[in-house]
Amino acid sequence: MREITFAEALGEAILEEMEKDPAIFTYGEDIAKQGGIFGAYKSLLGKFPDRIFDTPISEEVIYGSALGAALVGMKPIVEFHFADFLFTGIQSITLQIEKIRYMTGGQGKLHLLLRGPDGISNSAAAQHSECIETIFMHVPGIKVIIPSTPYDVKGLIKKALQEDDPVICFEHKMLYRIKGPVPEEDYTIPFGIAEVKREGNDVTVVTISRMVHESLKAAEELKNDGISAEIIDLRTLVPWDKKTVIESVKKTNHLVVAHETWKRAGWGAEITSVVQEEAFDYLDAPIIRVGAKNVPMPFAANLQDFVTPNYKDVIEAVKQILR
Amino acid sequence: MEYSKDFLLNLYSTMVLIRNFELMAEKLFLEGELPGFIHLYIGEEAIATGAIANLRKDDFITSTHRGHGHMIAKGADINRMMAELYGKETGYCKGKGGSMHIADFSLGVLGANGVVGGGLPIAVGAGLGIKMKKSDQIVVAFFGDGASNTGAFHESLNFAAIYKLPVIFVLENNMFASTASTRETTAIENISDRAVAYGIPGITIDGNDVIAVYETTQEMVKRARNSGGPSLIETKTYRIKGHFVGDPELYRNKKEVEEFWLNEPIKKFEKRLEREKILNGTEKKNIWESAQKKIKEAVIFAKESPIPDGKDALTDLFIHDSGYDY
Repeated sequence: MREITFAEALGEAILEEMEKDPAIFTYGEDIAKQGGIFGAYKSLLGKFPDRIFDTPISEEVIYGSALGAALVGMKPIVEFHFADFLFTGIQSITLQIEKIRYMTGGQGKLHLLLRGPDGISNSAAAQHSECIETIFMHVPGIKVIIPSTPYDVKGLIKKALQEDDPVICFEHKMLYRIKGPVPEEDYTIPFGIAEVKREGNDVTVVTISRMVHESLKAAEELKNDGISAEIIDLRTLVPWDKKTVIESVKKTNHLVVAHETWKRAGWGAEITSVVQEEAFDYLDAPIIRVGAKNVPMPFAANLQDFVTPNYKDVIEAVKQILR
Repeated sequence: MEYSKDFLLNLYSTMVLIRNFELMAEKLFLEGELPGFIHLYIGEEAIATGAIANLRKDDFITSTHRGHGHMIAKGADINRMMAELYGKETGYCKGKGGSMHIADFSLGVLGANGVVGGGLPIAVGAGLGIKMKKSDQIVVAFFGDGASNTGAFHESLNFAAIYKLPVIFVLENNMFASTASTRETTAIENISDRAVAYGIPGITIDGNDVIAVYETTQEMVKRARNSGGPSLIETKTYRIKGHFVGDPELYRNKKEVEEFWLNEPIKKFEKRLEREKILNGTEKKNIWESAQKKIKEAVIFAKESPIPDGKDALTDLFIHDSGYDY
């Protein structure tokens, strides 16, 4: 199968759906002329000049206008530039997009997609490095997808563009350039279906996004120590695939949840809590969470490394749980 | 301009219907019949009525927490409105929204909104969607003087201006943002002056004069429909009632309120209609009685309607409810 980058797969998904559906259009900061800060829209440069455009730096109206456009029957895709800047327009999402359908008694279809980069990169520091997916998992009213591979981003974005509910997609900055197999033919990936990336018997590691790759690396090293780790990529957080996680825990009797976002009250706490509520009897040890230390992201490379989890933290957590 | 008797009496009837809906809502709330918060549109009826009289059924509006008047002027079913105030199954939002979230997308009402300024980005987006669809529909965004001090206002006007979106921003300056006087929270006399900053027309008019509102909006609607872009109309009025029903109103004196009652929009319009011999005593009586009858029927409808099933609280978040664990 051909291999393309994460960014190329994303671009293909959007382009193919735009060709099929004239109601889809996309806007945001630095996308039309520049192809996005991290090149997410590079493959869209020069395509559909009337349906791909740059906006002023006005996040509250960028996100809120997506809602208005959806309410009149269009299908906007809005890039949020950096996940951090979701906070500068947050009311339009948490108070409007996530609530309007419910508080109006289920009126209308909200075909809209918010998408953009999150996570650490090369010393981007505190206001350009955040992972804030937990917030959107916490506030009800939007579906949350977080692909980790080129194959998944294409399939999940295409699914999102066919959904009648609002969707937010987080794309890790360090994943845009990774390559992976993506078939030529059309496909979508349903929400709420995790992928077992690697089967194992001793411990389950539930993760998403960049930490999927870190966890796979950890599993490879753990193999040398005779430990067999099962790595589960949730792929979507709303909804999340409880069934696959619990089945795996029943097999391995040990669970580690690994994410780049802060450990304190990160979504790993939710997974942990649900598993102990529903599969307590199958656990042989307390569940361990791997997450960022609870400070804003520092600038200096060594400080960033100290705060951010990587494969070594996953190995350590697994060894601790199996001790 | 010359207007037909029917047209003028229609405007008058709409204003009277809004007034009576609000008087009833106030009464019911004070009697402990209605839960939540109620924000009354009393004294501001001319704005919704005059502006919306220019719209087609397929045009859109966004409304505010003080939104009953906009809904009624756009043709909403008052039975379903009243039922929503009661939190009933038959209400516009099936009891999930209440007064501050009434909407009817099929009438182009994209929602009242509990967030000051919250409707502005939505209105702009509706305008953007219309432009992308290449349709000639338009959007009227109602909002208050309080909203004009939010970031959403400034972002929205600029955004609408650069893309020449068909959005008319109708600012209802009722002199108060909650308990704060506009004079103390806004440094300029006419908020429409801010339109200059976005390169769009801005005009300040008497919001208690329904004909002035109608005629000014008409001009801006024509402009918007012909791809001329957005505009800002500041309608000056006065919030005769408190911010919400039950507001102790410690921030203003009663005398000021009494003075403004003398200039309230329905009386003002009546005087004109009587002077021009368009409205006589019998007609006036009929219009008020007809409105009161409709409101009473709406209350009966609401009271007799069932409350929603408790389990329905888990529906309507996403289109396909099943399969997702909330």
